Amino acid sequence: MARAQTDERSELDLVAIACLVPSLLYVVLMFVYPFLYGLYASLQPPKGGAWSIANYLAFFSDPYQYRTIETTFALAIPNSVVVVLAALFLAYGMRRGIWMERTITTILVLPISLGVIFLSEGILGFYGTNGWLNQMLIGAGILAEPLELTHNFIGVTLSLFMQQFPFCFLMLLGYISGIDPSLESSARMLGAGPWTVFRRVMLPLIAPGLIIAFALVFVMSFAVFPSAVMVGQPAGSTRTISIAAYQQAFEQYDMSYASAIAVIMGVCQLLALIAIVLVRRRMTIATTMGVGKR
Amino acid sequence: MSDSIGHLRVDITKRYGGKTVLDQLRLEIRGGEFVTFLGPSGCGKSTALGVIAGLIPASAGEVWLDEQRLDRVPPEKRGFGMVFQNYALFPHLTVFDNVAFGLSLQSRPAAEIQERVQSMLGLVRLSGYESRYPGQLSGGQQQRVAIARALILHPRLMLFDEPLSNLDAKLRIEMRAEIKLLHSRLGLTSIYVTHDQAEALSLSDRIVLLRDGVLMQVGTPQEIHDRPRNLFVADFMGFRNFFDVRLGEPAGGFVEGMGRSLKLRARTAQDFSAGPDAIMAIRPDDIRIGKTSDGVNAVRGKVELVEYLGREQEAVIAIDTETRLWLRTAEKVTPGDEIALTLPADKLVLLPRE
Repeated sequence: MARAQTDERSELDLVAIACLVPSLLYVVLMFVYPFLYGLYASLQPPKGGAWSIANYLAFFSDPYQYRTIETTFALAIPNSVVVVLAALFLAYGMRRGIWMERTITTILVLPISLGVIFLSEGILGFYGTNGWLNQMLIGAGILAEPLELTHNFIGVTLSLFMQQFPFCFLMLLGYISGIDPSLESSARMLGAGPWTVFRRVMLPLIAPGLIIAFALVFVMSFAVFPSAVMVGQPAGSTRTISIAAYQQAFEQYDMSYASAIAVIMGVCQLLALIAIVLVRRRMTIATTMGVGKR
Repeated sequence: MSDSIGHLRVDITKRYGGKTVLDQLRLEIRGGEFVTFLGPSGCGKSTALGVIAGLIPASAGEVWLDEQRLDRVPPEKRGFGMVFQNYALFPHLTVFDNVAFGLSLQSRPAAEIQERVQSMLGLVRLSGYESRYPGQLSGGQQQRVAIARALILHPRLMLFDEPLSNLDAKLRIEMRAEIKLLHSRLGLTSIYVTHDQAEALSLSDRIVLLRDGVLMQVGTPQEIHDRPRNLFVADFMGFRNFFDVRLGEPAGGFVEGMGRSLKLRARTAQDFSAGPDAIMAIRPDDIRIGKTSDGVNAVRGKVELVEYLGREQEAVIAIDTETRLWLRTAEKVTPGDEIALTLPADKLVLLPRE
């Protein structure tokens, strides 16, 4: 009996491994190899010679370079918080379905399908110094001088919000509408008003999804490049770490230094993700114990 | 207990779009009474409960408890307890915190909460499970937590929405007895929604039978079981044999009905006024095998089909080419047998033709 079981299991394992091969191969070729190559390149200065951490030392001794980490965090964290909170607010309001739901969802999701470039062009056309918004406000006599909404921090924030909000909203809507509606009813029957229901019942149940959504939005924001160039101020206030890497690679042609910056960027994202996962674990031990075992 | 005794008065209508799912449901429920809303799925029984709870807004009508009008009051301010079909326990809270939830919202002192939760868990026989999570309990235990969570707030009215339908058959009967015991001990006015007639009969002081949002009959379990008022109630309560008859003049407490192939005699019912076209109905287990000495209501037939049900068997008897009788008996019958049957006159029920 025991023997039959092990046989069965090893057979299953073989099938499982066989099924995994294509995706493993893909991950190795498209992620692991480039990553290791980048790591290797970053430790090999272009003049040749021995292994060296000179690139990393150069990065961290040059304020012009290491400040990009600060700039990127300053852009990514507030943006992720705003996106997640706005998506939470809207998704929670729509959790039981609303009038014209499909139309509204389609409009909300449309920006995803447009692509960053188109979106950024749109932002320039509408929010730009000579954009519709400023022309309207000046024409109406509300403003004398146009608002500076593009080619700065605000422009990038607008662009990031438009790209990430739909994605985050959809993710949270799926998560929230998956929560059993009778939990809400039962909390109300026990004396909880709508706000208490949210705070004491729904929020603890949404929290794991919220944190994952935050992590994904954060990682996407951290890698921001096109919008930082197009609607930001790539030489100044929105010089993110990806711009620093780009300049090293394609303006200075120093692939080794560029690789080092890319590695630093990856490490920053990884550290942030680890912090987020740790928070999530602390918050959700209790929740996950009760789920899926009905 | 002061003068708030939990006397409930409702008159509710609910429409979704153009569809009326509850049509002027008028009811009075006395304090301490256990009333069941019974009916097939889609009859409006759960909607009625939701409207009384305040979870579903009524389209029209009123809900009164004692001297207080409640239909504009949000559910959290009505002071009702509710038990849900899927238990609806908070998965992120322990058993203790689930039961303490309502009390903690009232910001009671910790010592009081501790004491009341302990005694309530004792009442539902779950002492020792305080620190478990709902996911670690069986279905029956979860439902007991849900009941404790509602009862601990001393609700003025208890609402049960098919609380046992997710449990297996054996546990369902045990929990049914437990709910009955709790009710007799605490005497709370209760409304219980179910589609299971056995549950309704065993638990209720009164049963409210609904169909498509319309009240079909209200009565004690005995009344509903023995004296259904119409074809729907009779059919739902287990009558299977229906005969279209033309009634004669009542005489001596009996009335004769001429069917297409049968002549039957039934007791006249005081409240029966329809006719002369009527329906006579009898349950499969009220039909007797054999002939009585006076030969009244005797029929002969051939056994077509026998279904074994354990203690008894259900047989289909062909009276003629078109008429079939359903019989339930502990006696042995085999397909092909020619048997004589008696339909006892006091078991035949008169129903109006629809």
